[in-house]
Amino acid sequence: MKKDGKLYFEIDGKPCYAEEGQSIIDAATENGVFIPSLCHMEGVKPAGSCRICNVKVDGRNMTACTTPVEDGMIVENDIPELTELRKAIVETLFVSGNHHCPTCEKSGNCELQALAYRFQMLVPRFPYKFPEKGVNPRSDQIYHDRNRCILCKRCIRTVTKDGKHVFAYHGRGGEDLHVAIDEELASRLTDEEALEAMENCPVGAILKKERGFEVPIGERKYDHQPIGSEIEN
Amino acid sequence: MSKPIVATTSLAGCFGCHMSFLDIDERILELIDLVEFHKSPINDIKEFTKQCDIGLIEGGCANSENIEVLRDFREHCDILVSLGECAIMGGLPSLRNGIPVKECIHEAYLDGPTVGSNTQKVLPNDDELPMILDRVYPCHEVVKIDYYLPGCAPRADLIWNAVVALVTGDEMELPYELVKFD
Repeated sequence: MKKDGKLYFEIDGKPCYAEEGQSIIDAATENGVFIPSLCHMEGVKPAGSCRICNVKVDGRNMTACTTPVEDGMIVENDIPELTELRKAIVETLFVSGNHHCPTCEKSGNCELQALAYRFQMLVPRFPYKFPEKGVNPRSDQIYHDRNRCILCKRCIRTVTKDGKHVFAYHGRGGEDLHVAIDEELASRLTDEEALEAMENCPVGAILKKERGFEVPIGERKYDHQPIGSEIEN
Repeated sequence: MSKPIVATTSLAGCFGCHMSFLDIDERILELIDLVEFHKSPINDIKEFTKQCDIGLIEGGCANSENIEVLRDFREHCDILVSLGECAIMGGLPSLRNGIPVKECIHEAYLDGPTVGSNTQKVLPNDDELPMILDRVYPCHEVVKIDYYLPGCAPRADLIWNAVVALVTGDEMELPYELVKFD
């Protein structure tokens, strides 16, 4: 099956090639197939936490970000069963936080919102929880809004250039699991680092201070094209 | 055959959805050929006197009057449509969910920076005033809602497409660029 040292696999019948050890999601991207995800990010260790990249491998559900491609693998991705599952996860995220899109600086550039648009979510099927969650405005560079956090751990898995962790989980194992911010470190971030932290966050939980609503409605990332259309061919 | 009857209301909303509805511009002339308007802020008919086909609901439920009006709409409209983010998820008013009502009232009438004129420290408690609810409720958590049109406000073309589809019975188009949450 191998070709030029590359692994051969199929996604929804499309012939694809991958490097040894490459995850299904990264290989899919290289082969022009979009597998939606919220927690996966290039360059950081996969966490498999959001479960949106669930694909079927030989009939079993696997997260595409944590499963390496094997030669001859048959993957199902764009099928009604999985789209429905992914949509349900997105809806769960919408009701389990406080996602007020009209007042959010990330609206139009938010990956959670973009997936809801892609899956044509008109209303979540679950009741809204309106949980009580705090904000942390105390660092100089970052405004941290836990209302919008989806616990994807992207921020936790990234480090500053000198290897420092600005974000960490707090309250593990309890009801109040949340991302905490090292205010001192966050205050010392350069403008570029703070901006990067904001961009790494798929939602509007991490915002760089003194910026907001910079791009007008109609020119934002997901105003005209669904998320993933830049990958699909 | 008589024309389908449309009713509209704004509960805990800002009338932005109604403004967006009027943004259909000259198609409003086509619309009045297509439907008859009953109870609505647009024509100021205040009470239901007949059964309607379509009810468009802007805003969520923040007080007892909102609940009453919404139930009245459910009773008098065959199809109810949640129009906009406030009707769908509480929207801006629901930013108070999670803050105790007492704190909200105190901020508004006693402690806020702009309440200087309330020297008697009066809290509104007239019988005529609707009771404020413990939190803001999306409409579908109060009555059955049949369709949802997201947006803040929903784009005029989306509202137009929906009303036309409901009246003609054709399947509605949901182009990507029209379905937005802001």
